[in-house]
Amino acid sequence: MEIILAIFVGVLYTAGVYMLLRRSILKFIIGIIFLSNATNLLVFLAAGIIPGEPVFIDESGTVARNLADPLPQALVLTAVVIGLGIVVYLLAVKYRLFYETQTDDLDQLKPTEEE
Amino acid sequence: MIAIFPILFPVILMLIHLLIRKEKAAVISGITGSLLLLSGSIYIFIKVFSEGNLAMVVGGWDAPYGISIVIDPLSALFLLVSSVIVVAISVFSINFREKGRKQAKYYFFFFSLVLGINGSFTTGDVFNMYVWFEVMLLSSFVLINLGFSKEQLRAGIKYMALNLVGSLFFLAGIGLLYGKTGTLNMAHLAQILMHDEQSLLINTSAMLFFLAFGIKAAIFPLYFWLPASYHTPNITVSSLFAGILTKVGVYAFIRFFTLFFVQDPLFWHNLLFVVAGLTMVLGGMAATSKYETRKILSYHIISQIGYMIMGLAIFTPLGIAGAIFFALHNMLAKTNTFVVSGLINRMRGSYSLKEVGGLFKESPVLAVLFIIPAFALAGIPPLSGFYAKFILIKAGFEDGHYWITGIAILTGMLTLYSMIKIWNEAFMKKAPEAIEEKAIIKLSFLDLLPSILLGAATILMGIFAASMFNFTYEAAEQLLNPADYIYNVMSK
Repeated sequence: MEIILAIFVGVLYTAGVYMLLRRSILKFIIGIIFLSNATNLLVFLAAGIIPGEPVFIDESGTVARNLADPLPQALVLTAVVIGLGIVVYLLAVKYRLFYETQTDDLDQLKPTEEE
Repeated sequence: MIAIFPILFPVILMLIHLLIRKEKAAVISGITGSLLLLSGSIYIFIKVFSEGNLAMVVGGWDAPYGISIVIDPLSALFLLVSSVIVVAISVFSINFREKGRKQAKYYFFFFSLVLGINGSFTTGDVFNMYVWFEVMLLSSFVLINLGFSKEQLRAGIKYMALNLVGSLFFLAGIGLLYGKTGTLNMAHLAQILMHDEQSLLINTSAMLFFLAFGIKAAIFPLYFWLPASYHTPNITVSSLFAGILTKVGVYAFIRFFTLFFVQDPLFWHNLLFVVAGLTMVLGGMAATSKYETRKILSYHIISQIGYMIMGLAIFTPLGIAGAIFFALHNMLAKTNTFVVSGLINRMRGSYSLKEVGGLFKESPVLAVLFIIPAFALAGIPPLSGFYAKFILIKAGFEDGHYWITGIAILTGMLTLYSMIKIWNEAFMKKAPEAIEEKAIIKLSFLDLLPSILLGAATILMGIFAASMFNFTYEAAEQLLNPADYIYNVMSK
């Protein structure tokens, strides 16, 4: 399971970087989505995955030793929410930029340093 | 309990500003709020330096499981200086921020930015720091785009692109670090990594953190977002960003690379030296080629970040004390130069040096207000910058790093050159004829007040340099011997 996820993280990073380097702003935003999901999966994977174990402590009160570590899952949950907020904001800015400049092409935007 | 004040209070202010609709009420509560924040920071500062670190754990869990909030001398110093800047900028915002219906929530985002900054300074947990960085990032996105003009949106896209990639590096670093150590509490991490021999494993996370903070602090190969974006927002926003945001990155550098990424010092310190030198020189050289005050000052921010990284790389108590001293001095002086460039713009209607001039005759007060931070940045005694550079250069020579110290001294010339350039063009040369016909705009005392405040802080830092140095030295010593820090957090 871990090896599949690890490959998947790699694929997502590749796709994300590829999209990030495109000229279109929309594709750039999609790249950010890919990258942030890849990072979330990476954090999730970092603590190890333990399949097929109940999340609860059994009746005798002994702690189930094979429990998956819940902390990275909580971290990922936080990161997902933050990522969602950022993507929504980016889309809003992108809309506004298109409204002002009528272009989605990053090369059409003049370099701001030189103006 | 006082340790949570710098985080809790901005939240309260944000809630208040959600409800306030009247312009005047927003201004008044903004200024009172930042004054109260400053007094809180002063109280914390005194408490930390007289009684030792403040530490608390939120959420009812014991350390290292709960999220800890720790204020050690380093955090206390940064908190104090950033609060001074927040007060100055909130005064500056009265007359200089953009007005209008869409600007109504300016103070809301202003204080959410302050929340993110204070959170990053006080937290004792790596993931919590990531969250504060995101808070800071999102509010800065909103503030940088607040004018909705073409330039701002264009610059905003660039600013957002690189900073978002930076925060993804940060998160990936956190994931790998947790996978290797099983904790994210800084004190606990320091305890575990102190005796760690597997430096190769830790280096992967350390490199991810290096990239993340490098983008935030605008060091050499990662600084391109800064000059592309800092001159487009409203001058109040630019001043606030210029003063504090990049230094949060420097703070994170100092914290992480003294507390727990201390394996493999040969590689890391050499890397930091190379990066510091290149940052200093390239930033300084780019600054000399520009003709717009805000652009000169933006490149100049980058150049000065190099000095702080150099102090960290020297890694003796004196070097780190120098880095901290330099960062604090730079926060005050840099904000002040941006404020003055806003004042010049108010009088002349332009940021371009070619279109201004003759200000010395017209407003000698403004000239004095510019001279203070400019001389401080150039490092002329008895202002704060002289002592900051002196400590760094002394530390460099003592430890035998002649190359980097030489570069630092030479970069000082570049700094002096760009400051003299602004001085000559804006103040000494004759006003262009187009301007002479316009009516003279007088600056009120209220307009000058933020610059006076920051200038006074710079002068005070120069006069009381000895005691200031003792504070930074104490902070640096504790960073290099984190036993106290670890004990304070873990015993909670």
